[in-house]
Order: sequence, then structure tokens, then C-alpha cells
Amino acid sequence: MREFIQFTLGGISFGMVYAAIALSLVLIWRGTRILNYSQGAMAMFTTYIAFTVIGHTGSYWAGFAAALAAGLVLGALIERTVIRPVENKPPLNAVVITIGLLVFLEGLAGIIYGGQYRSFPAAFSITGLRAGSLALGISRNDVFVACAVLAAALGLAVLFRYTSAGLRLRAAAFNAYAARLLGVRVGRVLTLGWALAGLIGALAGVLVSPDTFLYPASMDSIFVLGFTAAVIGGLDSPVGAVVGGLILGVALNYVGGYLGSNLVPIFGLAALIVILMFRPSGLFAASTSRQV
Amino acid sequence: MTLARHAGAAIIAAVVIWVLTVQLSSFRDYQIADIAVYLVAIAGLTVLIGLSGQISLGNGAFMAIGAYATALLQMHLNWPLWALFPASAAIAAVAGVAVGAAAARLHGPYLAGATLLLAVALPSFATQYPGVFGGDQGLSVTVTAPAALGVDFPPTRWLAWVNAAAALIVLVLLANLARSRIGRSWRAVRDDEAAAALAGLNVARLRVLAFVVSAACAGLAGSMLAVYSSQVSPGSFTVTLSIALLTGAVIGGLGSLAGALWGSLVIVVVPTYVMDVATSHGLSSTVAANIPVAAYGVVLIAVMLLFPAGIQGGLRRFFGLTPPTDAGPFARLNSLRRRPPASEHQEEGTT
Repeated sequence: MREFIQFTLGGISFGMVYAAIALSLVLIWRGTRILNYSQGAMAMFTTYIAFTVIGHTGSYWAGFAAALAAGLVLGALIERTVIRPVENKPPLNAVVITIGLLVFLEGLAGIIYGGQYRSFPAAFSITGLRAGSLALGISRNDVFVACAVLAAALGLAVLFRYTSAGLRLRAAAFNAYAARLLGVRVGRVLTLGWALAGLIGALAGVLVSPDTFLYPASMDSIFVLGFTAAVIGGLDSPVGAVVGGLILGVALNYVGGYLGSNLVPIFGLAALIVILMFRPSGLFAASTSRQV
Repeated sequence: MTLARHAGAAIIAAVVIWVLTVQLSSFRDYQIADIAVYLVAIAGLTVLIGLSGQISLGNGAFMAIGAYATALLQMHLNWPLWALFPASAAIAAVAGVAVGAAAARLHGPYLAGATLLLAVALPSFATQYPGVFGGDQGLSVTVTAPAALGVDFPPTRWLAWVNAAAALIVLVLLANLARSRIGRSWRAVRDDEAAAALAGLNVARLRVLAFVVSAACAGLAGSMLAVYSSQVSPGSFTVTLSIALLTGAVIGGLGSLAGALWGSLVIVVVPTYVMDVATSHGLSSTVAANIPVAAYGVVLIAVMLLFPAGIQGGLRRFFGLTPPTDAGPFARLNSLRRRPPASEHQEEGTT
């Protein structure tokens, strides 16, 4: 029972990271119907930027802010330069382009920073919290990870629901053609969507790197599990992405805790296959007309 | 007729390779063996993407299955080489049935994601069960050249022959398959799934079959890799390998087996060349090792944006074999499928 509580709470912390990646994928998918395979590599790269800034300034929060800003810029830059030309092309072109970005960023990180594993600092203490005599299996930093992603998700929800930029984002995602007729600059809105996705992805990278270490391929497995979380949530629904991330994080933490951490990706694959076979539109899909 | 033409081309290629291996150094023999490995894997991927319109980012995982099958069969049962190759391909094909059955229901981005997850997940089996798969060190494979060739015969030349022969056989088979009823059916499914189904084709079975063929090719390539590098370890089958295969297929030009040859040449020769140049300019080996990886990325993006038909498409256009087209390999996939209004962005900026 003690282990069960520890695995559950630890899973929530990891799940929130998957949720952040899933959220960034959903943001891009809703706007452009493109799945951004480079999301994990972008997050890895912005985390390296944070690593450099922390090394120079000695301040964790300066690095944190630099990573988020870099994510914002990188997302917008990528959309403007290489994604815009393929937005109307068959979907596989965009798949190949974002895969190209994935290996390009990993290679570039290897060239600049080398391939060795680097430890990335945590924002808060990583010693385990206790409730009375019971070790909870999570640290102050894990609580921060969960709260940060939750805050980002709530921030996005507020942005989408209560601001005019959010209204334009929703309009462009719902029907780009009609939105354009009503005067929405759809191109700019799509860039904004990619920038926000870059920001959320960068957040995920900074939050998870104390646990995974930082190296060029460090976000590969986090990314594929974030993708799985997004598919569980239906790929269309931000709420689904967060819930999907939580479900996956907790479930995989049981697998890792009880069966061995090497099996986590295998079970992630199994979860993805099962969900695609039996409920391809996900648990929270907004529409059922989508082809998988 | 088609069979005779393909067999004739294969015989000419065999003679060329024989001359090359006899004339060139043993390092070139090694490269020929390497090119043959990538050629088989990329040819399988070309058939999958170009003919059946599905994508796989997980063919490196099938190569791992083939390689480990070879190592285990050789180690425990001491099978000879001529049995190892087909057995490894068959085992990878069985894995392909399992993945393909799930994949047949998926389109573009979903399929790519699921197969990418396969490539990420599979190597962790080896570390999870070190008793069977040897953990991070992997397993060693010992296949020696037949004694009939003599004691002084360079083993790399023999390996180059073995791999080249396997690659030629695979290419002849794939070329015939592409021209056969099955190949035509794949193209029909790729171009318009609904029309193909209405014409009586079993769409799901054809998609699975394409996956199985590409998995078998990848399995054979993995087996060849295991034999000529005489070891298998999880570190050889990273996501980068799967993406290198995709890069090779895209550079060469999807949908043409000749393109697979260009792709495998680029994938094998260019990284070695780049690393030589980089280290001779005083760059460290980690930097040199990462330059080809970054270059794969640049090439994938550039080819998709500028020359969607790849090298082979460019050559054909240059020699006027096909009318110039900007269509690219996936153009016909969706031209007939009406897109939902939510994904229309064509009148960009005309508000």
C-alpha cells in the first residue's frame, strides 16, 4: 500500500510532463493538422539553452525563463520557415519535414554540446516528502512540476476562452476558411499556435530533465509517450491531453515500479496500439469524423 | 519478360561488384557490404512508402529483430549462413504481421508515431532481459568464410560477396513484386483507398502485406549487418538508424528501387566522407559523428521542400524520361480525398 501511494504520486508528476508534451502536440494539431515529431527535440534544445544560461548566470530561474522564451521563438521560427510551405501538401510531407527537424536538432545539439549525459538542476529540493511517518515518494520539485504544468494548462484555457487572440485561435482551428472570410489573419494565428506549443514543450523539457539527464536524444522517449498521451486524449482536446498524460503517467509508473523501468516504453507502445485499435478517436475527441 | 530483364540487370550488377571487390581495398569491400545492408532495408522501406503509401519510422526495430534472430540461431543452433538469412527475414516478417495488423488501420501521422514508438521501445527489451539478449554489450556472431576459398582469401571480400548477392536477389524479387498484380493493387490502394475497395481489393490485407514485405527486408538487412559486423547490440538499432533509412528512401526517391540504391550510397558514403573531412580539420570525434546526423535532417527538409521526387526523380527529369512534375511521392495520395474545411489554408494572407 505504501508503494502503491508512492508510485501513484510519482506517476502524477511524470504524467504532467507527458501532458505538457501532449498539450503542445494538440495545439499544433488543432491549428494545422500536422503532428510535430520535432516537439521533443525542440524541448531538448531549449533545455540545453537553459543549461547554458544557468551555467553563465548561476540562476535557475534565468535559465527557466530563457528556455520558455527560446521555445516561443523556435516554434514561431519553425512554422514560418519550413512548415508553412507544406501546410497544404499531403500529410506525409509534413511528417518527413518534422522528422528532419528532429534529427537536425539532435545532431546540432550533439555538435554544440557533445553527446555526454549532463545533469540538469531541479528548481526545488529533490529530497522525498513525508506525511507523518509515511514517505510519499515525491519531492518538493515533483510538486512544482505538477503545479507548473497545471498552471500552464490553465493559462492556455484562459487564453483560449477569454482573450480575442484565443477566439481567433479557436476560429482558425474550427474553420480556417470561414475565419479568414471574417478577417482573421489565419497565417499569424497558426504561427502563434506553434509558438505557444514551443513554449509548453520547452516547459516540459526543463521540468523533466532533472529526472532523465540531458543529452541529445534525452526527449525521444518522453516525446513518444507524450504522443501516446495525446492520442489517448483524442489529439483534438486540450483537456483530453492533460487527462491522457495523467492516466499514462500513473499507469506507466506502476509498470516501472512493479515490473522494471526498461519495460516502460514497451507498455507505452502496447497502450498506444490498444487505444488505436479499440478507440481510435481517443477518450475525449471533440469530433468523431476524423480518420485515424 | 520482366523477370528476364530484371535478372539480366542483376547479373550485370553482380559482375560489376565482382570486379570492384577484386580491384579495390578491403575497406571498400567493407563499404560494399555496408551499402548492401542499407540497400536491402531502404528498398523494403521504398516499397512500403512509395507503393503502398504507408510510412514506417520503425524499420530499425525490424532490423534489430533480424539481427538478434541471427545471433541467437547462430549461437544456440549453429545454423549455417544460407539458413540464417531467410530464417531471420521470416522472423522479422512475423513481427511485421503483428505490427502491420495494427498499422493497417492507421494513417500518416498516427502510423508514423506508432512505428516511432516501436523504434524507441524495442531496444529496451535487450537491456531488460540480459540473460537472453546480452544486455548493453549484446551478442557476438561468428560466421567464417568457407575453407574452399583458401586461407589467404580476404574475409571482407567474402562478406561483400555474400551481402551483395543477398541484396541483388532481394532487388530482383522486389522489382518483380512491384510489377506484379500485388504491386498494382498496392498502387491502387495508395492512390484511392475507397476506389480500390470498390474494385474488390482487400485493402487491409494489402496494407499488412506491404508492411510484412518491408519488415522481412529489414530483418534480412539486420541479419546481414549482424554477420558482417560480427556482433549485435542495442546501441546499433537506435531511432537514428530508422531515420537514416527514411532519409535514404526520401533522398533516393520514393517508389523507385533505383532510388534505394542512390539512397543507400548516400547514407553509407557521405557520413564516412564527412567524418574524414571533419576530423582532418581538427574537429573532435563527437562533433564529427554528429555532423551526418544534422545533415540527415537538413537533407530530409530540403528534399521535401525542393525536390520531392529525390535523386532518381531528378535523374529521370534530367534525361527526359518522365514529364516534369512538382507532384512528389505523396501527391497522389490525397489529391482525390476531399479535405475537411478545418485544414484548408491555401489562400494564405488574402484576407
